[in-house]
Amino acid sequence: MADIHSVIGTKNKKGQTYTDTWKLMNEAPRTPSFYTGSEVIKEAVRRASCDVMIAYPITPQSEAAALIGELFAEGYIGDYFRGESEFAVMSQCAGAAFGGARVFTTTAGPGTMRAMENFPMWSGARLPIQMIVTCRGINSPLSIQPDTLEIAYLLNTGMLVWHAETAQDFFDWILKGYMVSEEPDVHLPLALCCDGFFVTHTKDVVNLTPADMCLPPYDPYRSPVPCMDMECPPVRMMRDPFVMKSNYISYATHASWQQEVWAAVERSRKHSIKWLNGLIDVENADAEIMLLASGTAVSQSREAIRLLEDEGVRCGLVKVKTLRPWPEEEIREATKNAKHIFVPEFNVTGWLAKELKATIPNHERVHAGPRVAGGMTMPPEIIVNEIKTTLGLKKSFVMAGRGS
Amino acid sequence: MSKEKIKISEALYDIMPSDYQDLVKSATYGKEDRGWKDIGNNKELIEQHSLCAGCPESMAFRYILASLPNPEDTVMVGSTGCTSLVFPMVAVHNIHSLFGNQNAIASGLKRALSVRFPDRTKDVVVLAGDGATVDIGLDMTLQAWFRQEKFTTICFDNELYANTGGQESGLMQKGFVAKMAPVGKLFDKVRLPEIARESGCHYVVNCTVSKPSLVEKVIRNAVHIAREIGPTYLQLYTPCILEIGKNSMEGLQEMRDSEKPTERFAYKEYVSEPAKQLLAELAAKDKERKAAAKQLAGKA
Repeated sequence: MADIHSVIGTKNKKGQTYTDTWKLMNEAPRTPSFYTGSEVIKEAVRRASCDVMIAYPITPQSEAAALIGELFAEGYIGDYFRGESEFAVMSQCAGAAFGGARVFTTTAGPGTMRAMENFPMWSGARLPIQMIVTCRGINSPLSIQPDTLEIAYLLNTGMLVWHAETAQDFFDWILKGYMVSEEPDVHLPLALCCDGFFVTHTKDVVNLTPADMCLPPYDPYRSPVPCMDMECPPVRMMRDPFVMKSNYISYATHASWQQEVWAAVERSRKHSIKWLNGLIDVENADAEIMLLASGTAVSQSREAIRLLEDEGVRCGLVKVKTLRPWPEEEIREATKNAKHIFVPEFNVTGWLAKELKATIPNHERVHAGPRVAGGMTMPPEIIVNEIKTTLGLKKSFVMAGRGS
Repeated sequence: MSKEKIKISEALYDIMPSDYQDLVKSATYGKEDRGWKDIGNNKELIEQHSLCAGCPESMAFRYILASLPNPEDTVMVGSTGCTSLVFPMVAVHNIHSLFGNQNAIASGLKRALSVRFPDRTKDVVVLAGDGATVDIGLDMTLQAWFRQEKFTTICFDNELYANTGGQESGLMQKGFVAKMAPVGKLFDKVRLPEIARESGCHYVVNCTVSKPSLVEKVIRNAVHIAREIGPTYLQLYTPCILEIGKNSMEGLQEMRDSEKPTERFAYKEYVSEPAKQLLAELAAKDKERKAAAKQLAGKA
C-alpha cells in the first residue's frame, strides 16, 4: 500500500481522483441536488473509496443498502454482498476490516439490536468500520416507524456515535467520519445515526462534491494494532483473547485495554472538532430558555424557536452533533446562562435528557421533554406548548405553518 | 508475506526474543514440501500451548500448522473455546472475535484480502469447535458454503462443549449423558459432513487425528481446493479426554477405537468433480517438480 499522500492527485480504476480530504470537503465546488437521504448515502459512498460493503434488508435502511449495490455493479466498491442476518453482516464487516479493508454497512432498529454483540467487539478490536444507523422502533409489537431507542444502546459500546440532523449532515459526515475514525490515535468504529424515514425517505437539497473526486484510500498499516493480512510478522499478542483463566494479570490487561478503547474515544474529540467545526452548534447562547437536541429534533426545535420569537419569547438552541465523544465541556459552557433547558426527543426513555442531567450543574433546570415515541412526528407546537406549560405562559393552540 | 519481512536486523539480533530468532533461522515459511515430519526439526508455528496434558486437540493443532501449504500468507479464524487458548501462541495471524461467527468473519476477511491482493494467494482457514461450528454458528457455517466462499472450515469435533465443562452439543452421540443432557442426549449426532456436501462444499472429510500423514494430506487438499474452487470442510475428532473420563495417555487409543470401519469416525471423504480434477493436476505438477529437482540434483 502506497502512502496516502503519494496517491493524492492520481486516479482510481473508476477514473475518480484521490483528493486531499480537507480540500475535498472545504474547497471543492458543490452542486445542489434534490435527493432522498438514502440516495445521499449512495452519493457519499460513491466518493468514499470503500473496499467492502455488506448489506442486509431491514426497513428503513434497505433502500440505501440496495443503492450501494448499484455502486458495486458500477465498479465503485471492491466487494459487496448480502449477509444472512445482521449479526452475520456485522461479523463479516469485522472480518473485512481485520483484513485491512475500508468497510461500510447500514442497519436499523431491531437489526441493530440483533447485531449488538459485534459492536463492542469492533471497538475492542479497533476496527474503523462505518455503520449507518437509520433509527426505527425496536420493541414489540412490531413497528417500522422512526424512533431513536437503539442509539441509547450504542452509547456504551466504545464506538463513536454521531447523530445527523439532515441529509447534508449525512453526506458530509460519512466522508469526514472515515477521516476521524481512521486516525491512528482513534481507530474506532463509527455509528452514524439518523432518524429513519424523516431523513432517509424525504427529499432535500444537498450540496454534493464532484463525483469524480474521492477520498484517499484507507491505509491499514496506520492501525494501532496489526492488520490481519500476514504482511507483518505475527506476534504473540495480537487481537486475541488475553488468556482468560483467572489471574490478576489477565484482569489487569483486559481492564487496561478497555480503558484504552475509551481513551481513544476521547482522543477522537480533537479530530471531530476539526472536521465537524465543533461537537455542538449553538444559537442564542445567552438565552435563559434553551433547547438541547440531536437528530431531526433539532429541526423541530428551530421551528419552535421561530414560533416562540413571534410571541416575544426568546429561546436558544444546542445542536448535539456527537454523542460519543460526549461534548461535556461544550454543553456546560453553552447552557451556563440557561434557567430552563428543554430536551425534545424521538424516544420514550429520554436518554439524551439523562446524559444532559449527568453533565451540567443544577440539573433541575433540565426538563426532559417533550418526547414522542412509536414513530410519531413532533410538531413544533408541541415543543412550544411544553415550554409554555412549564413556565406558566399562556398556551397557543394555533398550528402555525399549516395554513391555519 | 515475504520471508524477508521477518529477517532481523543484524544489529538487533541478540536482543530479539528467541521466538523471532528461531523463526528466521529455522522457520518452515517458504518451504513447498513442508509437512508434519518437520515437527521437531524445523521451527514450528506453535511451540507451547495451554491445553491439558495429552489433549488430542494439541496434536491436531501441530499437524495442521505443520501442513499448511502457505503459512506465510495464511490467516486463521478461531472461535470461543479451547482453540482460543492456543491461538495466541500460533505464528500465523489469527482472529478470535465472538462465539459462532467464525465463518462470517472469514467471509469478510477472505473477500477483503482478495480485494487488496488480487494477484496474490492469501489463504483463510477457519478452525473452531463443534459448539461454534454446528450449534451457535451453524447458520453462518452453512451460509458461507452456500455463497461458495473460498476458505477451509475445520471443526474440532470433541462431541461436547469442552471449554465450559462438558455440556451437550449437536455433535454429541445420542444417549450420551452430559451436563444439560441429564437423561442422555435425545437426538442423533448432527450429520454435518453430509450437510456440508449438500451445501456446496467441494471437499469433505470426516476422520480422527490419529495419523499425522493423513491429517497432512487432507489439510493440503482442503486448502488447495478452497483456494481454487470453493468451500471445503474437515471434521476431525479431537476427543476431550477430560470430559469423557480418559487419562492423558488414552487420547490416541480413543481416536483409534473411534475410526474403526463401523464407528462414527471411520474415514469418509467426498471430493467434487472439479476438485478431483484439480487434485490430479496438482499431483501431476508435483511429480514433475520433484522429477526436475531430482534431475538437477543428479547433474550437480
